[in-house]
Amino acid sequence: MSETWIHIIMVVLILLVLLTIAAGLIYVERRMLAVWQDRYGPNRTGPFGLLQVLADMVKIFFKEDWIPPFADKKVFVIAPTIVMMAVLMSFAVIPFTPGIGVVDLNIGVLFFLAMSSMGAYSVVLAGWASNNKYSLLGGIRGSAQMISYEVFMGLSLMGVVILAGSFNLRDIVEAQRKIWFFIPQIVGFVIFFLAGLAETHRLPFDIPEAESELIAGYHSEYSGMKFGMFFVGEYLGITLISALVTTLYFGGWLGPHFLPPIVWFLIKMFAFILLFILIRATLPRPRYDQLMSLGWKVLLPLALLNLLVTGAVVLYWHL
Amino acid sequence: MISHLRSLWLVFKHMFHKRETVQYPEEKPYLPPRWRGRIVLTRDPDGMERCVACYLCAAACPVDCISLQATEDENGRRYPEFFRINFSRCIFCGYCEDACPTYAIQLIPDFEMAEYDRQNLVYEKEHLLISGQGKYHGYNFYRVAGVDAGVKPKGGGEKESEPVDVRKLLP
Repeated sequence: MSETWIHIIMVVLILLVLLTIAAGLIYVERRMLAVWQDRYGPNRTGPFGLLQVLADMVKIFFKEDWIPPFADKKVFVIAPTIVMMAVLMSFAVIPFTPGIGVVDLNIGVLFFLAMSSMGAYSVVLAGWASNNKYSLLGGIRGSAQMISYEVFMGLSLMGVVILAGSFNLRDIVEAQRKIWFFIPQIVGFVIFFLAGLAETHRLPFDIPEAESELIAGYHSEYSGMKFGMFFVGEYLGITLISALVTTLYFGGWLGPHFLPPIVWFLIKMFAFILLFILIRATLPRPRYDQLMSLGWKVLLPLALLNLLVTGAVVLYWHL
Repeated sequence: MISHLRSLWLVFKHMFHKRETVQYPEEKPYLPPRWRGRIVLTRDPDGMERCVACYLCAAACPVDCISLQATEDENGRRYPEFFRINFSRCIFCGYCEDACPTYAIQLIPDFEMAEYDRQNLVYEKEHLLISGQGKYHGYNFYRVAGVDAGVKPKGGGEKESEPVDVRKLLP
């Protein structure tokens, strides 16, 4: 079989696995939230309620796919696809194992940052096209939040890039053979994780959606599979940030030899997905201005300081 | 920051706590004896209807879900000709039970009365009447009342003195 076919099969397989994980997260999230709230969660459909995913999918496919008459139709339809596309494109640069991965890009980190900025369009366009006050408010909040958290998301990553000396995610993983980067880059890790929370607008930073104030914000006019796209996009975003944290700070596929590399990668990734859900189960949503001042007054200076110190240390000791 | 981490840890520990959920159809919740559920009409120890059709329950009902019609048998004993409770309106407040002077209407710990058709929630007397005495045993209104309704003669009740002869002058 030619090289091209292997690549195509790899891409399709990765896509399928990712979409399955994203759909499975619907169940995992509901179940884990329930577990942390002393409930059982979905446990009626099939063994341990595993078929809940299927039931949810069937339900969402059979919902009426309604476009409000006052909406800007073209933009309204395009918006939910953008978030899916942007996130799935980012997955192209993730090295799952030395052998599994779509592309070995030498500017992987930059590509991810570019694609995650694209995700902001989805929120803004959805909020705009819905032609609804709440949606517009959600869209505006979303754009402000994502753009300001983008800034130090990139800056926090630079520490890793300095240590590894490369933008290539594979090289970054290889550079962690001695020590995983979350130890020297603990500040960068925390900042990146918080920025990742804001970037995927997960609770507690779900200010663009803010159910209690904005009645689901930018996607309050969406229904059926279009709503499902936002949903799956959000879960894919969680998976992406978890995969990136694993790759950048926790040594990607590296681990003791008794388990294959892909298993190590998945274990680490799912640990972070569960952390995402645990944070959702725990923390209340901050006010919008609190979120902004946290971003600009605390996290941005910290990220710059982290960058400065890392750079100085690397220069001084010639690491 | 520290408090956030602490709350994360506390929430995480809840994983190992006991579940609060009652797995309902398999596992029934405990209902206290005075739980206000389905309404029944009870009978007195002699097996007769306790209800004397005084309309107090219908008057007390805040949602007007009780309707009845009083009538008398040949002995002058009052009873409802029909007694109808619309459970699709009933709010299970228990005011009817409070108002009832004869312990006839009672709320019992049962709530499993779901129906597919709303009309089926209208209960007639034959659905409401049970063959027991419900929560209050041994009480028989016509044995302690001053009237003769074929249960006991006038003056023949428990702790009841003979009727006074109003034409006699002696005390």
